[in-house]
Amino acid sequence: MSDLYLVFKNLTRAKLRLFLTLFATFIAFMVYALLTAFQSFLNSGVDLAADDRLVVLNKINFTQPLPIAYVNRVRALENVIDVVHLNWFGGYYQDPQKMVVTMAVDPESFLRVFNEYVMPETEKAAWVKNRQGLIVGKKAAELYGWQVGDRIPLNSNIFSQTDGRTDWDFDIVSIYTGEDEQTDTTSLYFHYDYFNETQSFGRGMIGWMGVRTDDPGNNEKVISSIDSLFQNTQYETESMPEAVFNKAFIEQIGNIGLIISSVVLAAFFIILVIVGNSMVLAIRERTREIGVMKTLGFRSPRIFRMVLAESLLIALIGGLLGLAAARGIIYMLSQSSTPIPTLIIDQSIVLKAVGIMIVMGLVTGIIPAINALRLNIITSFSRT
Amino acid sequence: MSDDVLYKLTNVTKSFVKGKEKITVFDNLNMEIERGDFLAIMGPSGSGKTTLLNMLGGVDQPTSGEVTFDGGRVDTLSEGQLAGWRANNIGFIFQFYNLMPMLNAARNVELPLLLTKLKSKERKRNVAAALELVSLADRAGHKPGEMSGGQQQRVAIARALVSDPKLLLCDEPTGDLDRETADEILGILQLLNTKFNKTIVMVTHDPRAAEFAKRTLHLDKGEFVEKELVT
Repeated sequence: MSDLYLVFKNLTRAKLRLFLTLFATFIAFMVYALLTAFQSFLNSGVDLAADDRLVVLNKINFTQPLPIAYVNRVRALENVIDVVHLNWFGGYYQDPQKMVVTMAVDPESFLRVFNEYVMPETEKAAWVKNRQGLIVGKKAAELYGWQVGDRIPLNSNIFSQTDGRTDWDFDIVSIYTGEDEQTDTTSLYFHYDYFNETQSFGRGMIGWMGVRTDDPGNNEKVISSIDSLFQNTQYETESMPEAVFNKAFIEQIGNIGLIISSVVLAAFFIILVIVGNSMVLAIRERTREIGVMKTLGFRSPRIFRMVLAESLLIALIGGLLGLAAARGIIYMLSQSSTPIPTLIIDQSIVLKAVGIMIVMGLVTGIIPAINALRLNIITSFSRT
Repeated sequence: MSDDVLYKLTNVTKSFVKGKEKITVFDNLNMEIERGDFLAIMGPSGSGKTTLLNMLGGVDQPTSGEVTFDGGRVDTLSEGQLAGWRANNIGFIFQFYNLMPMLNAARNVELPLLLTKLKSKERKRNVAAALELVSLADRAGHKPGEMSGGQQQRVAIARALVSDPKLLLCDEPTGDLDRETADEILGILQLLNTKFNKTIVMVTHDPRAAEFAKRTLHLDKGEFVEKELVT
């Protein structure tokens, strides 16, 4: 028998209370892990954004087009290394309810500007060569069961072909992966030329541009050059670093970070109250036993540590189970037929969660532990 | 102090402040307990029996006076030192057994041994011997809730004995038991005193329980009213 054994026996003596306390902690940490993973995914657009990449949009808003002629004019500017143009296709595969992020791009410049997409050189070459070539993210391919060599139709809910069809045929030439685990692999990219030649309206227009600069330190200068270049034209531009664009895009639906932080804080506050109250009651019920232990010769600091260990164990067991459950949920979601973002509970989330568990264990245990520390033997026998 | 004297209280005063009132429980109390003694302390409620027992057990300190145990001062020890002193020298037996409900009999008996440097194997051996002594070896795996009052008190005696303390302090050890079981418990205490020369101090209301002791002191209003009653 050891002190840890005593802690364990005390912990498990009221099984229903233990279960409910653990369950509350479990839920709080599961919610924390899922929301933090989601927040991390949202932030990944900002975190993974290249420092030397700019986004150039129509100044009115990003749904308004720009003339394709802008591409070469931007490319000619000082400190600009490369430019790619992108068009939102509004694609879906078979089911109009299930959108597939699909964009028309210039393959060669796309591969140079967005070098975080990983695929074999042979497949890159095949894509450039095949006007109907389509590159598909790994996650999208897994979701729809696509393979290289498949010929698939994709519909647009915005555009149509000159003959009225809303579907375009594509050859899948590559299934790309991401340089980073959180790199988006749910998107599809195809030739702008193929799109531009066949679409019934909007020819010669592009959605936005991705611009690579020679040095992040020159970003401001390039932004200023681009926006000045098109000032007072029919299509004025607004340029910004990619990270700023991604952040603004996310914040369109509100301050997600604040919402998530508020939910997580509320969950933890409730847990602190529940577990703290439960611990205070548990120790109060054991007043006489603590008095007996002190009478036998157990020193107060030792009892203090045992009580704290109890609350720490509750937080750690419940919390780690919550993290495991969150991982399980993310795994199950990734196996489902719904296209969901790549949520990852990485080491930093786990470490932060363990830190919170320790703090929570200490906070919920400190009052009963101090009560036990201060408990006078004579009082303990007269109180119960 | 004679070598035979285990415990000595010299001019011990104990007073409490309750509200604006100062209550003096003992005023210049003197007593000696010899090694191998089995002393019963009797007296009406409020006479100071429990306060005296608490002082003897080192869970309460005198307001003034000197308390000497086995040649060393106890009244000058800090709270932490007193805890260690209790663990090394005193075995406690309570009226309501005060066993840990989540531990079985063997684990309850082992509890004081966690305060020693004994290894697990030695601890188990001592626990088995203590349970054997109180004839409860076959109940080692039972929890307090699965045992009768008498059996629980025997486990409590084994717990008090297991670390081989110099003094056993018993607070109404039979107060919660029927006559027959009470006699069994008192018989065990008597055996510990006569056969194993354990020094025992027992607080009791029960004159019949006091008959098992070697001598009885009567306490009234903080004073021993009858010096000694040899039984």
